[in-house]
Amino acid sequence: MQLSPDELIYWQYGFVKLNATIVFTWALMLILAVGSRVITRRLSTEHTRSRWQNLLEIVVTGITKQVEEVGLSQPKKYLGFLGTLFLFIATASLFTIVPGYQPPTGSLSTTTALALCVLVAVPLFGIQEQGVGGYLQSYIQPTFIMLPFNLISEVSRTLALAVRLFGNMMSGAMIIGILLTITPFVFPIVMTLLGLLTGLVQAYIFSILAAVYIAAATHVHQPSTSTDNKPGNREH
Amino acid sequence: MDSMTIIAMVSIITAGVTTAFGTMAPAFGEGKAVSTALTALAQQPDASPTITRTLFVGLAMIESTAIYCFVVSMILIFANPFWNYFIAQISGQ
Repeated sequence: MQLSPDELIYWQYGFVKLNATIVFTWALMLILAVGSRVITRRLSTEHTRSRWQNLLEIVVTGITKQVEEVGLSQPKKYLGFLGTLFLFIATASLFTIVPGYQPPTGSLSTTTALALCVLVAVPLFGIQEQGVGGYLQSYIQPTFIMLPFNLISEVSRTLALAVRLFGNMMSGAMIIGILLTITPFVFPIVMTLLGLLTGLVQAYIFSILAAVYIAAATHVHQPSTSTDNKPGNREH
Repeated sequence: MDSMTIIAMVSIITAGVTTAFGTMAPAFGEGKAVSTALTALAQQPDASPTITRTLFVGLAMIESTAIYCFVVSMILIFANPFWNYFIAQISGQ
């Protein structure tokens, strides 16, 4: 039994390997990029629109609204990053209904890469918003004693992001694999349905947590790094 | 009992115990969180988007501890480093 799609190798030349993770990631990137390009080639502002344009508009406005509710007052600035995270993870888990497909997010290397993107993006957005000094000051915010804890939280939340997504995706595939040997007909389908739900929830949570971290790093007026503020309180 | 048997036995038992306790505590926590959120929703239906989003994020945070335990037990069963070490040592001889 394989733990991750990393162990499924399609092509190898020397130390260059093409495993299932890379292949399916590229396939997803291709589908997402070509699909959006084809849909957005004929945009219309008339009353009659294609259903695909409606779909994309729902997705984009939905993500924008969610990002804004977290407390980022200019969601358009962060839409590229957060929307990409959400769309990639969501499609990666939605395509599990295709036979033979293994979600690339079920590999720890993919989720670690995504979490590292968040780790790098949060200070970048923070510096962009409040300058280097202002951002660095947020590390010693309540008192100077909190500096090591803030640094530890940076690392630990990155680890948590990676392992959470990996564990959820891997457990879905693993449970289906185990159930196939016990009850081959009905229960794997039910668990696949549950896996679709968990996958979408995890995509939502991953992007919302990234948005919360960015909101905490870019928050100028209230220097507290607490994330439990209601969106109504954030709008001054 | 040779060392392989001991490693296998301890790994399997530990994996079971890890999953047992690692799902029990988050289940209590999630039950408490969901029941509180339902009470809040019943009292303030207007605030349902905020409550739901916070609930989902919080549930994911609680759930991740269970997922950590699951990952540890999966590593113990399917990718046990000590087991692989001893297999390599025996086959090397």
